[in-house]
Amino acid sequence: MARVGVFVCHCGENIARTVDCSSVAERASKLRDVVYSVDYKYMCSDPGQTLIKDAVKKYELTGVVIASCSPLMHEKTFRRAVSEAGLNPFLCEMANIREHCSWVHEDKEDATQKAFDLIRIMVEKVKRNHPLQPIRIPVTRRAMVIGGGVAGIQASLDIADGGRQVVLVEKSPSIGGHMAQLSETFPTLDCSQCILTPKMVSVNSHKNIKLYTYSEVESVEGYIGNFEVTIRKKARYVDDTKCTGCGICQQKCPMKKIPGEFNTGLGKRTAIYVPFPQAVPNIPVIDKENCTYFKTGKCKACEKFCDRKAIDFEQKDEFIKEKVGAIVVATGYDLYSIKKEQNFPTVKGYGEYGYGKYPDVINSLQFERLLSASGPTFGEVKRPSDGKTPETVVFIQCVGSRDDAKGISYCSKICCMYTAKHTMLYKHKVHNGKAFVFYMDIRSAGKNYDEFVRRAIEEDEAVYLRGRVSKIYQEGDKLIVKGADTLSGTQVEIAADLVVLATAMTAQSDIVPLAQKLGVGYDKYHFLSEAHPKLRPVETNSAGIFLAGACQAPKDIPEAVAQASAAASKVLGLCSSEELEREPYVATVNETTCAGCGFCITACPYQAIERKEIKNRNGEVLKTVASVNHGVCQGCGTCLSICRSKSIDLAGFTDEEVYAEIDAMFA
Amino acid sequence: MDYGYFPGCSLHSTAKEFNISTKAVCDEIDIKLKEIDDWVCCGATPAHNTKEELGIALPYSNLLSASGQGLDNVVAPCAACYNRLKTAKHHVNNSETIKNRMTEILGDEINTDIKVFHVLELLRDEYGYEKLKTMVKKPLKDLKVACYYGCLLVRPTDVVNFDDPEDPVSMDDLVTVTGAQPVQWSHKTECCGASHAIPQTNVVLELVRRILNAAKIAGADCIAVACPLCHVNLDMRQSQINNEFMTEFKTPILYITQLVALSLGVDYKKLGFESHFNEPFTLLKEKGII
Repeated sequence: MARVGVFVCHCGENIARTVDCSSVAERASKLRDVVYSVDYKYMCSDPGQTLIKDAVKKYELTGVVIASCSPLMHEKTFRRAVSEAGLNPFLCEMANIREHCSWVHEDKEDATQKAFDLIRIMVEKVKRNHPLQPIRIPVTRRAMVIGGGVAGIQASLDIADGGRQVVLVEKSPSIGGHMAQLSETFPTLDCSQCILTPKMVSVNSHKNIKLYTYSEVESVEGYIGNFEVTIRKKARYVDDTKCTGCGICQQKCPMKKIPGEFNTGLGKRTAIYVPFPQAVPNIPVIDKENCTYFKTGKCKACEKFCDRKAIDFEQKDEFIKEKVGAIVVATGYDLYSIKKEQNFPTVKGYGEYGYGKYPDVINSLQFERLLSASGPTFGEVKRPSDGKTPETVVFIQCVGSRDDAKGISYCSKICCMYTAKHTMLYKHKVHNGKAFVFYMDIRSAGKNYDEFVRRAIEEDEAVYLRGRVSKIYQEGDKLIVKGADTLSGTQVEIAADLVVLATAMTAQSDIVPLAQKLGVGYDKYHFLSEAHPKLRPVETNSAGIFLAGACQAPKDIPEAVAQASAAASKVLGLCSSEELEREPYVATVNETTCAGCGFCITACPYQAIERKEIKNRNGEVLKTVASVNHGVCQGCGTCLSICRSKSIDLAGFTDEEVYAEIDAMFA
Repeated sequence: MDYGYFPGCSLHSTAKEFNISTKAVCDEIDIKLKEIDDWVCCGATPAHNTKEELGIALPYSNLLSASGQGLDNVVAPCAACYNRLKTAKHHVNNSETIKNRMTEILGDEINTDIKVFHVLELLRDEYGYEKLKTMVKKPLKDLKVACYYGCLLVRPTDVVNFDDPEDPVSMDDLVTVTGAQPVQWSHKTECCGASHAIPQTNVVLELVRRILNAAKIAGADCIAVACPLCHVNLDMRQSQINNEFMTEFKTPILYITQLVALSLGVDYKKLGFESHFNEPFTLLKEKGII
């Protein structure tokens, strides 16, 4: 025999203004199985909660319905209260008569009737509720960070400093990412590598961080608290336990003209190389495609000169399994390639700008390398075609970004700031140089950002022209840039020595396989999807997997670092105890009636259902049924709707409970 | 299969050489062209500038004529005719309203399967450049050609849809097939001023000067075109430009089909070269082509 208590909240004026709470409470008291019904001004307050607790004890309630705000607001509050009074918290339900009633209706009579109906429905449900226990799953208190750029580095350091072990996996030979390629960073004009390398060194020497470079994630098994990740440690052909980073091999390598990736193709490297002098770890890698020995069987100069015998041409890729409880994805960004030929089927190139055709039309990252003291021109601004110092440089913003015709609708966020930075750094190095910037808008919304752009314009004399460029072509040794200045309403033609295109930030071109391995969603641009754009920016819809940095969306360094620390805090929260408690809204299979058709397995968006064999005492398989992993199941109910034999039910929202609500609605 | 041939107004008059050379090429490679009976003007610029419906009905009526004569594949050498025919088809295919209006005006069942080709498309897609290469008897060695596409051939992209609008290569590839060398140059698709030649000649003179200059800088011996208006503007106005700007242009402007015909071994005297303002004979002799 059920004994239900109904508590109707006025919520001050929020509910009471539109709903006649006392009459509702009075009518509720006459409902079958309701033994106590009361209304009160603020149910969530201390006295309100005391009222509930006392009623539970005094009237020996077996179920409680609180008619007030949304469960998202106070379900936890009320469940804690009834639990303190000795009643199972899952025997407490809320009828939302605020967001679903008083806040959206004006007619008092109708709203009052609706409020009563909502309570009536909830009473029918709560009578059929089962007492549930939170589910506990064990946690491996270690984390993995995928990607060793500034976001991955920050996340690793924060988690490691928080006392948990971190496995950091980076696919290139060194950590540092794109930030290591930058010359100076806005708005302080700090030297990028000077502020990053100390963090890189900390990562390498931190006792809680295990660093795998030149490695990739091969496969991911498991679920939150219990992931098993297989890492492919690619063959460097250098034994990292013997190499001291002396660099002799690179000096002696005869293949010296390979365009280097770190210098964006503007500089040359050897076949055995570290990507940049401050690489961490400072252990080289042999580029098999361009190594004379791998191509022809001759040379081996590096092996000859290495006095530590660290070269190993026989090295193979190694597969290593790591068990972790949480994963942070910090794989960073790529740049839109601008050329006619594009890898992304929905994205088109900018043939009109001549990128890839004229050597002096470069992108912004290439310009960074020219400005950088460790770059191919040692920090002197020299143009790629003939090495001359350009006297007139034209910068074009929004190349790719904000352009529906090219297939990229979003704004890349950082280009307005770094273009202003480029004009300033250019002017500081070439005193007589003239910088022109073609822009649509100036987006400089961060702290000290707008002042920074004003400095470029007012102190460093950058000429900002509001308009687009229609075409760039070569005439002699000049590039003719044809554009518009919409503020003065004229056409503008500039004979430039160098043109720098501010290219759109895109997702990494090879992110999809990794996203699929992790079960992380992505949008049409392949940026990884956060769980909620406003309130859950570093979580994903896969429990235990978090995001940090530009893999989620274009952003600048301060934001990437902030997100990394946020992800780290989530990880530390997850790893804070031996066990993880989660709500018991999980699906359960009735193994007697389950036919093992497997529809639910395919339907489950979280891959939480598996096949299970039921064996007899002799080990013979009697039948195969579905089995729900209670750690991964999110309680969405998709499996319930697809099950043809009604063999699967959802705790907390059983068929019986939900049908009772529906019946009550039409009573 | 017979291809419906739509010469348009210019091919029988100011662009005779385009007509002759296109027919010569098709004869050599056995493509049957049948001129559409009773065709009318495609409308070009005046029609769509006056009234949109007129601009669609005129070209569409030609497509219907062709279809009625059993010619479901139409070749239009003139870039403007080509563009208007394709635009008409595009509008009718994409808008029920326009389709119904055309049925009202033209009174015929609309056949949306009619295909419209430019000469370049015909040679590239229907015949094939690889196959064409095997038919070349006199490769035009040492001839440097700047391929000028103009505006209408490659834009708007979703209507004509046969080459890149910023850096097209279909004509360049065809020039390579003939044995000549296409040059890399900057003004492949820059406007020549088109019909501004009549009311605002000075605009055309400046725009054409830039094109001729760019071709010269790129080292071209001549410019290949695929449009009668491009030809007129680039060829006929050179002396005016020289007067105005103190330049010394004497660049032969050749129809792409004239070059192809030459490479296929057609007698040069039969290709209308004598109609050109800037005679190409000196150049062709110099290069040993004639």
